[in-house]
Amino acid sequence: MVTRDDYKIDERPTWCSGCGNYGILNALTRAFVEQGIAPHEVIIVTGIGCGSKLPQYMRVNGMHTLHGRPWPIAQGAKLANHAMRVVMVHGDGDGYGEGLGHFVHAVRRNPGVVELVQNNKIYGLTKGQFSPTSEQGKRTSTSPAGSAELPVEPLALAITQGATFVGRGYPGDLKHLIWLIGEALQHPGYALVDILQPCVTFNKPRSYDYYRDRVYRLQDEEGYDVTNRSAAWERAQEWGDRIPLGIFYRVTPGPTFDAQEPVLKEGPPLVKRPLRKLEPEQIAALLAEYG
Amino acid sequence: MVQNDVTLRIGGEAGMGLESSGAAFAKALMRGGLQVFGVPDFYSRIRGGHNFFTLRAAREPLQSIADPVHLLLALDMETVRRHAGDVVEGGAIIYESREELPDELRRPGVTYIPVELAQVSRDVGGDEIMRNTLALGMAASLLRFDLAYLENIARENFARKGDAVVDSNLRVIAEGARLAEPYMTDYPFRLETVPDQPERILLNGTQAFSLGALAGGCNFVSGYPMTPGSGVLVWFAQHGAKYGVIAKHVEDEIAGITMAIGAAVMGARALVPTSGGGYSLMVEGTGFAGISETPVVIYNAQRPGPATGLPTRTGQADLLFMIHASQDEFPRMVLAPGSLEEAFHLGWHAFNVADRYQTPVMVLSDQFLADSFRSIEPSALDFAAVVHDRGALLTEAELDALTERYKRYAVTESGVSPRALPGHPNAVYVTESNEHDEYPRIEEDAQNRIAQQSKRMRKGEGMRGDVPAPTWYGPPAAATTLVCWGSTYGPACEAVDRLNAVEAGAANLLHFSGLEPFPPTAETELRKARRKIAVEGNYTGQLESLIHTHTGIALDGHIRKFDGRPFRPEGILAALEEV
Repeated sequence: MVTRDDYKIDERPTWCSGCGNYGILNALTRAFVEQGIAPHEVIIVTGIGCGSKLPQYMRVNGMHTLHGRPWPIAQGAKLANHAMRVVMVHGDGDGYGEGLGHFVHAVRRNPGVVELVQNNKIYGLTKGQFSPTSEQGKRTSTSPAGSAELPVEPLALAITQGATFVGRGYPGDLKHLIWLIGEALQHPGYALVDILQPCVTFNKPRSYDYYRDRVYRLQDEEGYDVTNRSAAWERAQEWGDRIPLGIFYRVTPGPTFDAQEPVLKEGPPLVKRPLRKLEPEQIAALLAEYG
Repeated sequence: MVQNDVTLRIGGEAGMGLESSGAAFAKALMRGGLQVFGVPDFYSRIRGGHNFFTLRAAREPLQSIADPVHLLLALDMETVRRHAGDVVEGGAIIYESREELPDELRRPGVTYIPVELAQVSRDVGGDEIMRNTLALGMAASLLRFDLAYLENIARENFARKGDAVVDSNLRVIAEGARLAEPYMTDYPFRLETVPDQPERILLNGTQAFSLGALAGGCNFVSGYPMTPGSGVLVWFAQHGAKYGVIAKHVEDEIAGITMAIGAAVMGARALVPTSGGGYSLMVEGTGFAGISETPVVIYNAQRPGPATGLPTRTGQADLLFMIHASQDEFPRMVLAPGSLEEAFHLGWHAFNVADRYQTPVMVLSDQFLADSFRSIEPSALDFAAVVHDRGALLTEAELDALTERYKRYAVTESGVSPRALPGHPNAVYVTESNEHDEYPRIEEDAQNRIAQQSKRMRKGEGMRGDVPAPTWYGPPAAATTLVCWGSTYGPACEAVDRLNAVEAGAANLLHFSGLEPFPPTAETELRKARRKIAVEGNYTGQLESLIHTHTGIALDGHIRKFDGRPFRPEGILAALEEV
């Protein structure tokens, strides 16, 4: 049986006291345990930023990669060993800034990967510049006159591009976040969980106090239908006095990117196949193309 | 005057099917026992412009195309305009006579054969698209080449389009032969079939490299199309499913290299094909592979640049870029095949080196090597020599026996840390892009930095033993030594042969197919040479400066070319007189 101890490591996070990442780390660990996933059965692919150091703070396989690039790296990992669970964890600068292109293209492919986004709406590790999800007009060190851009709408974007599991969590509601990550891990296709991560140092206006009074659970709303794509798309853009949490959209996905790959239709994962020298008949067939 | 080393050039607009007709004729000649070497010269456009295809055939093996043209097939007047000057005395120009030939294009000693190629093709075959076939029928006839070989290729190529199409093509070939008849007596050049020749194949560098990589156990390819590197991506996309290789065309080059790295961390043998511009986008990924000690093979078919440059043309100006790409330092290998045989060999060798040293290996090709094709005997690709060496990869049993916490980046004397693929309960670890300690934990301590950076760089020492040594061609102790790398090898070899034919011992050649780490034997070999002349396809002399940096040897002169066109023996010989 998998226990929380399996994930325990003697390593102190570099996060500020009160950082939302502690809750995310805690919720992810508990979700793994609840789902019976052992540390060696999963690989956590992260980008660069405070939150992306997460695999260092649990005993788990990880890839701490490049800013904006966890997406293609995670897909490559999944194609190479589709028996492993691949979970991406990264921030909003990573996923919706530097890696936005990869995000959109990846969603189109339905890779069998779960994506958790530590969305604090600010650049933390570089000390407080506005991020792709900062609200328009945000004044920071690189936007002294206020940022010009409208925020990226990741949930709506994912729904538009064909995602079949789109959710939002909040570490201030830990139980709900554990449940939400668990649901994402059970989804047989790509699942996005955007997480409102309070940054207590560089984005004080978006701290626990702000969210506490505004968040509500979609699944508590009477008549909310998670299979209604248009309704989900509208809720995905609801922001202000009321901020929805939970599963916005969930339908049965089509085959995943790895399941669609002809080479993986049968047989073990790619990396479990021994390298074999080409057989004489294979060589003959290959060379016959050029005779 | 009968000559058996003949160059034929077919030219016209993009969209006229020049490449496929050139390839068809090349295959026919090869099956007729001739050795062939073909090079396409294309503009980066789908329609219009001026494209041509040069095909040289001879009884003896060929390593290059040559300048003189013996037969020009001009599907439009622009082809006559551009290439009439290359046609030798006694040669012929078959041209589309829909347009009148301007007098200034007439050259003495050259036979002009006007044919309404499009019209005749329509009349005889029903479609002007067959004008190439008509011209080839005429060419075969003029050269006294057995038409049956050409007819068989037409049957093979058009079989799937039905008998009617095959028949029209055969009629057009026969009509070509008939139209050529009046000119045969005076036309002096011959490409008669050579009997009792071993079976040969017609291969280009893209195919040779791909075959080598496949044989070497490459099982993951991710890239983004960019001429002239796309050929390898396309080759694997077409062969992958049959041979167990996942080949993905992804959203951009950054995704290309990082997806390959993701697969490689899990244990795949991953390849990233591209050209220089695409590689520019992969530089950060290369650094990630370096610090995370991930084996990955990068194939760059060079074209002149920078930025978009000359997309369909050739150059050798990415050498120092590849050697230095990425911030900071880590060991890498840079290989540059000079021939089909080397492209095949380095194609599999690259994967072994990448695995042995857990670091990026780069294979530098170029448009000339990638797209030009040559007839070779299948045994020239030494499949029997292929080995799969995965380096210090921990076995399942070794992992089962682990009792201590696994150290992915253990500091060792060789710098190589025994590698576990993710998935074993005893080896749970993070592949790390930050500087790290052995486990790895993220660690900024100065002593740790020294230990880890030194460990990584020590791998370079071992790699010096795996980098191909420079090789000699031609007689020892020649008066002049040409020093070259990559695809310049073929044309330079022919230049050497021609010099020695005039005066024995005049020239030889030192060829570099391994460039980083700089081969340890290079200095000794270079010191054997007397007058050393670098021949390379860039403006600043990149190999020359590399040699100077590593050995202190200043070469005696250089021949540099950066016009986007491949070296030809005549060009090298002419330039040699000026050095």
